[in-house]
Amino acid sequence: MAQVKLLQGNEACAEGALYAGCTFFGGYPITPSTEVAEYLSRRLPLIGGVFIQMEDEIAAMAAVIGGSLTGRKALTATSGPGFSLKQENMGFAMLTEVPCVIVNVMRGGPSTGVPTGPGQSDIMQCRWGTHGDHPAICLTPAYVQEIFSETVRAFNLSERYRTPVIIAFDEVIGHMRERIEIPDPGVLPIINRTKPTCPPSEYLPYDDSKGDVPPMANFFEGYRYHVTGLNHGTDGFPVNASPRIHTDELRLMRKVEANKAEIIKYEEYLLEDAEVAIFAYGISGRSAKTAVEAARKEGIKAGLFRPLTIWPFPEEQIADLSGHVKGIVVPELSLGQIIFEVDRCAKGRCKLEGIYRVDGDPINPAQILAKVKEVM
Amino acid sequence: MAFDYDQYIRGGKLPHIWCPGCTYGIVFKSILRVVDTLKLNRDDIAMVSGIGCASRLPGYVDFNTLHTTHGRALPFATGIKLSKPDKHVLVVSGDGDATAIGGNHFIHACRRNIDITMLVFNNFIYGMTGGQHSPTTPSGHLASTMPYGNVDPSFNIPELAKGAGASFVARGTAYHAAGLDKLISGAVQHKGFSVVEIINACPTTHGRRNKFKSPTDMLLWMKDTFLPAVAFDKLPAEKTAGKFPMGVLFKKEGAPEYCETYYGLVERLKKQREGRA
Ligand SMILES: Cc1ncc(C[n+]2csc(CCOP(=O)(O)OP(=O)(O)O)c2C)c(N)n1
Ligand code: SF4
Ligand SMILES: [Mg+2]
Repeated sequence: MAQVKLLQGNEACAEGALYAGCTFFGGYPITPSTEVAEYLSRRLPLIGGVFIQMEDEIAAMAAVIGGSLTGRKALTATSGPGFSLKQENMGFAMLTEVPCVIVNVMRGGPSTGVPTGPGQSDIMQCRWGTHGDHPAICLTPAYVQEIFSETVRAFNLSERYRTPVIIAFDEVIGHMRERIEIPDPGVLPIINRTKPTCPPSEYLPYDDSKGDVPPMANFFEGYRYHVTGLNHGTDGFPVNASPRIHTDELRLMRKVEANKAEIIKYEEYLLEDAEVAIFAYGISGRSAKTAVEAARKEGIKAGLFRPLTIWPFPEEQIADLSGHVKGIVVPELSLGQIIFEVDRCAKGRCKLEGIYRVDGDPINPAQILAKVKEVM
Repeated sequence: MAFDYDQYIRGGKLPHIWCPGCTYGIVFKSILRVVDTLKLNRDDIAMVSGIGCASRLPGYVDFNTLHTTHGRALPFATGIKLSKPDKHVLVVSGDGDATAIGGNHFIHACRRNIDITMLVFNNFIYGMTGGQHSPTTPSGHLASTMPYGNVDPSFNIPELAKGAGASFVARGTAYHAAGLDKLISGAVQHKGFSVVEIINACPTTHGRRNKFKSPTDMLLWMKDTFLPAVAFDKLPAEKTAGKFPMGVLFKKEGAPEYCETYYGLVERLKKQREGRA
């Protein structure tokens, strides 16, 4: 029997992590994400898992990667300033292909910004936050139930593709309480990293001859391999100025690019006959849905495209959508970030209008409806 | 019979990157002798490092090895140790790695007294990046970013470690290699956070700039400068100027170790629940 609970988004995130098999949390307190840590500080010791509050977010990210290398599913949660601090080690996990999940409960920024208000202005940082070329998977749930299920999915994707996965939501849904159902164990699929089956003497930790995601040995299981943030060969040891670097970095990108069909998830609401589409995620997606309903009542054919995967970006879907509507409206809690991605895919095939807001309050349905009418 | 170092060195990974005259190789060999003497199972060892010349060491040894980001070896190692408390976790770090960019992690690992062995290769300089001053560069020394002589005060690493809560603190030098084996071995066997500061020479970026004519001069400087703690403590104050004690400088048995405390809590909670059931 599924358990029914009344939970905050942040708590649902912690429950999702536990459901996925997470047994390691390393964090550092920061509003509005702290409840994820608080919840897990109560729950993890009860199941023999590890909870540790590190000295800062850099250390928290490092500890999570260390925990994952021993075979644990590991999570960290943070907001704005802390997310910035984690970037270098997130890049380390991308290059060394260590699975882990990073939650960013977005607030306003830059700097300390608006700690207690919602924001969506880290969304490009979720794509390009760390230096260098790198793959990115980022999920954007909008409801407490969805935060739970998308957290499970984040762990699955991370284990499946051996890469860090970011879950980005915001202060409002992080703190909002809603009814959620936690399914029984086994109802949602759980994916675990593929381990090597070869003898240790033959193990090449970055051997891509049998696919883009090489099997991963855990530390202390007899494989004794080397993990380095330097570009490396199939054996894991550093290489310098080698064509291998180019092909290997392409492989890292391909892990995500070639599997977009499996990774990309979105909700389409009343889009079939829509003349105006709204592209919105997270809290803005919720306002947009209400706006669509209000528009329909007035006889305006509006619809919603709400991505649950923002990275990789649903390029084909938006390209297609732009050919079927008069215009796309993009409300976001920033001064305009994700609209440039929509623009890149729409390629001028339809009108494009943004709604931006960074004063610490969400965009309301009336604002969106007014813009929809302008575009009609 | 000569000690067989090759058994612990990964095939094909030598030669190492270190310069001729660099003393890191001496310490490298000492670590391997200790692993052998203590009969540690290499599957059970994780060696973790940050970034720098010293931090390249794990690449050469046949353990579970992790070469991380600059200054961050300790938090990575903390994640590993807390996940697998029965394994040996050794950290190799440079003076800059451990006490500048990684200084915060260093004091917090000391404070937690987590059972990790921290080997700080102190060559008084940022070797890998070409000789910029570090938090241990002696006052007045020339560095590529202290062209008029170092104006920054320096850290005393053992004092820092002790003050922050490490329960085993030692200092050795590359010159006193035999003594180093004992110190590293003591550190590995100690339950709790153990720090060994290992005085090293970087002839390439530090010695040459600072009137050491050869790497040998730097080793002789170690010989003259570092005295066994017992001898050092007996010297009258006026004779200790410019000298430093070496050996085990501080040891506290029975201080709560972090993993034991954490898993003790896990056990306690389990018993409580069983009691209630
Ligand atoms: C975040 C970051 N900042 C700076 C560097 C550049 N860097 C590489 S090694 C190093 C200093 C290393 O000095 P130390 O830790 O004393 O090690 P040594 O090379 O002397 O063994 C620096 C500053 C870096 N790799 N990463
Ligand atoms: S630069 Fe200095 S520390 Fe680095 S290898 Fe050369 S001598 Fe050793
Ligand atoms: Mg140094």
